[in-house]
Amino acid sequence: MRGSPPASADERLKTESLGTRLMKRPELGAIAGVVLVTIFFLITADQAMFTLSGIVNFMTPAAQLGILAIGAALLMIGGEFDLSIGSMVAFSGLFFAAATVTLGLPLFITIPATFVFAALVGSINGLIVIRSGLPSFIVTLAFLFILRGLSLVGLKLATGGSTQLRGVRDATEDDLLAPFFSGDAFKGLFTWLAERGWVETFGNGTPKVPGIPVEIIWFLIIAALATWVLLRTRVGNWIFASGGDPNAATNSGVPVRSVKISLFMVTACCAAMVAIITVMDAGSTDARRGFQKEFEAIIAAVIGGCLLTGGYGSAIGAFFGAIIFGMVVIGLTYTGFDQDWFQVFLGGMLLIAVLFNNAICKRVIGGR
Amino acid sequence: MEQESGFRPSTASNVPPIVEMKNIEKHFGNIIALAGVSFDVRSGECHCLLGDNGAGKSTFIKTMSGVHQPTHGELLFEGKRMDFTTPRDAMEVGIATVFQDLAMIPLMSVTRNFFMGREPTVGRGPFKRMDIARMNTETMGAMRKMGINLRVPDQAVGTLSGGERQAVAIARAVYFGAKILILDEPTSALGVRQTSNVLATVDRVRAQGVGVVFISHNVRHALAVGDRFTVLNRGKTLGTARRGEISPEELQNMMAGGQEIVQFEGAQGGTV
Ligand SMILES: Nc1ncnc2c1ncn2[C@@H]1O[C@H](COP(=O)(O)OP(=O)(O)OP(=O)(O)O)[C@@H](O)[C@H]1O
Ligand SMILES: [Mg+2]
Repeated sequence: MRGSPPASADERLKTESLGTRLMKRPELGAIAGVVLVTIFFLITADQAMFTLSGIVNFMTPAAQLGILAIGAALLMIGGEFDLSIGSMVAFSGLFFAAATVTLGLPLFITIPATFVFAALVGSINGLIVIRSGLPSFIVTLAFLFILRGLSLVGLKLATGGSTQLRGVRDATEDDLLAPFFSGDAFKGLFTWLAERGWVETFGNGTPKVPGIPVEIIWFLIIAALATWVLLRTRVGNWIFASGGDPNAATNSGVPVRSVKISLFMVTACCAAMVAIITVMDAGSTDARRGFQKEFEAIIAAVIGGCLLTGGYGSAIGAFFGAIIFGMVVIGLTYTGFDQDWFQVFLGGMLLIAVLFNNAICKRVIGGR
Repeated sequence: MEQESGFRPSTASNVPPIVEMKNIEKHFGNIIALAGVSFDVRSGECHCLLGDNGAGKSTFIKTMSGVHQPTHGELLFEGKRMDFTTPRDAMEVGIATVFQDLAMIPLMSVTRNFFMGREPTVGRGPFKRMDIARMNTETMGAMRKMGINLRVPDQAVGTLSGGERQAVAIARAVYFGAKILILDEPTSALGVRQTSNVLATVDRVRAQGVGVVFISHNVRHALAVGDRFTVLNRGKTLGTARRGEISPEELQNMMAGGQEIVQFEGAQGGTV
C-alpha cells in the first residue's frame, strides 16, 4: 500500500483510568443509584431490611418487574417501545389460567402455549409498527387498552361473569413443572443451612427464608442471558444498530425488520413469564394483573441507561434499575416515611436518570 | 431509449460485465428520479459515474446495492437477472457500497460498525458469539491500510472526525466488496493523503479483479482512477466515454450538464 504511514505507538491517547472507562458504560447510573439507595436505607430503614429475609422481600418484586424491564430495555435499545406489556401480563395470565384451569391442560402444554400465544400478540404489535411506520408508542398504546379490555371480557367469559379466575394452584399442585415456575428454589440448601445455624431460623428450627423465590432465579438468568446476547452476539450488534439508525443498519445488511419484530416478541414473552410466575404464585388471575407495569418497566430501563431514542442502553442496567425499584417500594415500609413517597421517588429517579443518560451519551460521542 | 443512442460499450476489455443495469427507472410517487439508465461494470475496471447534484447518481447506485427496487428495468449479475430486495441480498453476492451518508451508527464502536451485519463468529449452536478479538485486529489493520491510524477500535464512530468516519466506511466496503465496490463520493471529506490513499485503494482492488463504481464531483479524482466515465443528467445518461477519449475540460463541462454536451455529442459522433 502506497502512502501507508509507519505504525507508531499512539501518542494521541491518554491512558484511561478504570473510572473513566466505567463512566462510558450505560449501566453506570443504575449502579450508582443502587449504591445511593442502599446508603439511604442503611441510614433510614430498620436493620431488618438488609437481612436475608429483607433482601428476599425486596428482590421478589424487583425480579417480577425486572423480567419485564429487561424485555423493555432490549426493545428500547432496538429503538421501539412497548406500552402494552402490563396489559400483556394480564392477557397472557388469562390465557395461561384458562388453559390450565378451564381446559385442565398440564403445564408442559400450557406454559409453552402461553409463550407462543404471547409471542404471536407481540409479533402483531411489531408487524403493525414496522408495516405502518407509525411510532411504536402509539400503536402499543392502543394495545394497552385492547389487551386490558380483552382480558376483562375473556375473564368474564371464562368464569361466567367474575373478573377473577381461581383454582390455578389446585390444578398445578402435582405438576412436575410447577417447582420451576412457583415457590422457592434451593429449599434443601436452606434447610441444611438452618440446621447448622448459618441462616436465621424460626423457633422450631425451620429457616426464616425457606428458599430463593423462583422469579429471582429467572431474573438472574434472563439478565445474564440478555447481557450476553447484547454484548457478545451478532444479534446484539444488530439490536444496537437497529435502534441507533434503522436506515444505516438496513443499508449495512442488518435485517432490521426481523430484529424489531423479534424484540416485540421477546418483550411479550417476558410479560408471559411474569404472568405465569405471578398467576401460579397467587393461584388465580384477575384483570388488574400487571396494571401500569409498562411504565415501571420503562422507567427501570431508563434508570438502567437506555436512551429513549434507542441504540444505547444495557440489560444489566435494567437489572439494577429494577432492583432500585424493589428497594424503594419495599424499603419504605421499613422506614417511618409515608408509603406514598414512593411515587415521588419514582418520578425523581426517572428525571435524574434521563438527565444523567443524556450527559453520558454526550460523553460517549465526545460532546458532538 | 433515445438517450442510449450515444452509448458505446467499452471495447477495451471484452470480459462480460459483472453487473449490467438495463434501462433502470426509479419513481418516488410522482417524482421521476431515474428515467431509464443503463450502466455496466466489468471485473477489474473502475467505472466513474458523474453528474450534477440531484442528477440521480445516489438513487442509481442504491438500485444496484439493493436499497431501492427499480420501478422498471432489470439488473443482471454475472448474466443472471437479480431482484435484490434488501442491501443484504446485494452484499451476499459480493456488492459492497459506501453510501453518501456512510451508513454508520454514531453511538457504536468502530469495530461494531465495521462488521455491522456481517460479524464473524466463533463457537457453535447456542454458544455462537462474535469473534471480538479478530474483529478488532481486522478493523485496525483495514484502517491502517487506508492511512488512518485509529487510537482504539472501540472508539465510538460519532467521536471520529468526518474524514476518519468516511475512511471507516471505505475500509469496510473494500473489506467486504468481493466483486463490486461502489463508492458514492468517497473522498468528499478526506485530506490529501487519505484521498490519494483511497484512489490507490481503488487501483489496488481493481487490479485484484474487483469492479469499481466511483461517484465523484471532482474531475481530477475521477480521471485519476477511471477507466470509463458515464455522465448522468436529470435522471438520464448523457453518454459513456472511455479513458483517453475525453479531456478534463470536456468532462467538466459535461458534468455541469447543459448546452455544451450537445455540441460534444455532435463533434465526436455521439460518443462523448
Ligand atoms: N426517497 C426519495 N423520495 C423522493 N425523491 C427522491 C428520493 N430520493 C431521491 N429523490 C430525488 O431524486 C433526485 C436524485 O437524487 P440523488 O440523491 O440520486 O442525486 P445525486 O445525483 O446523488 O446528487 P448529489 O450529487 O447531490 O449526491 C433528486 O431530485 C432527489 O430529490
Ligand atoms: Mg448523491
